[in-house]
Amino acid sequence: MTVFLLRRLLQAAGVVLAMSLLVFLGVYAIGDPVEILISPEADQQERERAVRALGLDLPIWRQYLVFLGNALQGDLGRSFVFNEPALRLILDRMPATLELAIGATVAALVIGLPLGLYAGLRPNAPLAKGIMAGSILGFSLPTFWVGLMLIMVFAVQLGWLPSTGRGETVTVLGMRWSFLTGDGIAHMIMPAINLSLFKISLVIRLTRAGVREAMLMDYVKFARAKGLSPARITLVHVFKNILIPVVTVVGLEFGGTIAFSVVTESVFAWPGMGKLIIDSINVLDRPVMVAYLMVIVLMFVTINLVVDITYSLLDPRVRLEGKA
Amino acid sequence: MSPPTLEVRNLRTHFFTRAGVVKAVDDVSFTVARGKVLGLVGESGSGKTVTGFSILGLVDAPGRIAGGRILFQGQDLVGLPDAAMRRLRGNRIAMIFQDPMMTLNPVLRIDTQMIETVQAHQKVSREEARQRARDALGQVGIPSPDERLRAYPHQFSGGMRQRVAIAIALLHKPDLIVADEPTTALDVTIQGQILAEAQKLCAQSGTALIWITHDLSVVAGLADDIAVMYAGKVVEQGPVEQVLDAPLHPYTLGLIGSVPSRNRRGEPLRQIPGMTPSMLNLPAGCAFRARCPRAEARCAEPPPMAEHAPGRLARCIHPHGEALAA
Repeated sequence: MTVFLLRRLLQAAGVVLAMSLLVFLGVYAIGDPVEILISPEADQQERERAVRALGLDLPIWRQYLVFLGNALQGDLGRSFVFNEPALRLILDRMPATLELAIGATVAALVIGLPLGLYAGLRPNAPLAKGIMAGSILGFSLPTFWVGLMLIMVFAVQLGWLPSTGRGETVTVLGMRWSFLTGDGIAHMIMPAINLSLFKISLVIRLTRAGVREAMLMDYVKFARAKGLSPARITLVHVFKNILIPVVTVVGLEFGGTIAFSVVTESVFAWPGMGKLIIDSINVLDRPVMVAYLMVIVLMFVTINLVVDITYSLLDPRVRLEGKA
Repeated sequence: MSPPTLEVRNLRTHFFTRAGVVKAVDDVSFTVARGKVLGLVGESGSGKTVTGFSILGLVDAPGRIAGGRILFQGQDLVGLPDAAMRRLRGNRIAMIFQDPMMTLNPVLRIDTQMIETVQAHQKVSREEARQRARDALGQVGIPSPDERLRAYPHQFSGGMRQRVAIAIALLHKPDLIVADEPTTALDVTIQGQILAEAQKLCAQSGTALIWITHDLSVVAGLADDIAVMYAGKVVEQGPVEQVLDAPLHPYTLGLIGSVPSRNRRGEPLRQIPGMTPSMLNLPAGCAFRARCPRAEARCAEPPPMAEHAPGRLARCIHPHGEALAA
């Protein structure tokens, strides 16, 4: 276990380093921030002063080394636009995105697992067929459209839920959270459902396929031959086996949700990281873009590690020491 | 006189598929008394496994028991409510499966899988159930059972896994065990040990045993009686020595002839020509007649099960009587 963790951390460091180079070069290649940031009336001297202040006069590799050196000290540069540390900008927005992503993932599991289980156990029941048809809708309806429809129905027509923003927040551990206040939760419901629709469908289909496969296995028949109750067979023998693929996919999806919840955040004006990155790309706020991508890489590496460890807890045949 | 442990009468288990009705078990009858071993022999697809599953009420859709009675200690298991059947399963009637690599749940520890079996039928504490599990493992010859209880199935070899499965079957000292080719996947020495254990068990505790196999040499050493199945029907049954020494049905004779060790060196191996017929459209009459050297026009009529000598039944109109007379 320790060897595995060490090796994984080294690999993670390698991934982050490679990613930093790619991100830095990729971002450097698009557009010239000077054109946007400095007013067209500024004279040549002012321009050069600004360029030097931003460190844009150095050759690319020097810029990268400076960036890397600063990054190691936790400094990912200052936003050109807000003149604030890019990392802090992102971390400020992170709780909003994080709680939305967690809400959506929890909803996906709480709703998707039981429905998938039912559809797998009674594949021919009309309700199961309805669930499967619904999951196709969940897959294929565009997120922004569903978001707009939710606002139309529940905010505009019925007036049950607020349409935009985070609502009241509480500061815990120096970060602002919505999920601890009633108003915040009311604000969270629609965006979380919007974000989880695709995931619910995914979990339903994965669970159903897993259950149908597991029910045919000899160990299920043997469990029945032992005289176990159907509840125990389903909830212990089958469930623990299907959790393995579900955990893998949901883990990866969770990373994706954090990184790419842009659409939902835009529709519901949710002040999260997704909205920040879109705004930053529009104004070519380089440090924020780079810092954002670095944070996302770190997040993915961490999530993958957690998934692997969970995997080994669920499936005793997976040995973490064996290979990394 | 108390009823025999198991009496199967005219059992029919059919599978209602889209392509038609598959009569996997068609009019099968046999009896197993306390402490006796019945060898249920036949080729793949002859219906022996489905017979076993029928006894435990584990036939899955599209299959179901279409007729007949399964009397377990006088109680008919056909049509018994699920809950009542579940109380018998794993408790009074246990089953051992063919492939030990597949029967244990890979993600649950051995102790979990054993304790749940104890607790499914008896209200005992976890600790007591664990004790029982440990004793059962010791009984089937697993060394250091305490340690092994905490292991996962993949940490056991095939032979050890089958011992664990047998230990699970023994937990409640059942009155009947249905063993579905439990030694087929194991090597010869392990097979010998497990056979010896099974024999000892029946003699000591009066457990009746149905040993399903395609291997006549296993049956020869273990069983008291034998029932030979072909295409869903029992074609011959009787005491094991008599059937093996003087088979009545041409199919039984062919099976015995196919055992390689009975062949003399240098002689070509004998075999039964042709293949088992498709269960979807069985020919009318004797299902074996296409492969039978003695077949004649009369075989197109379904042959009745008839007693050709005391305790010797065969479903054939021209049995090898000369062997019987000799």
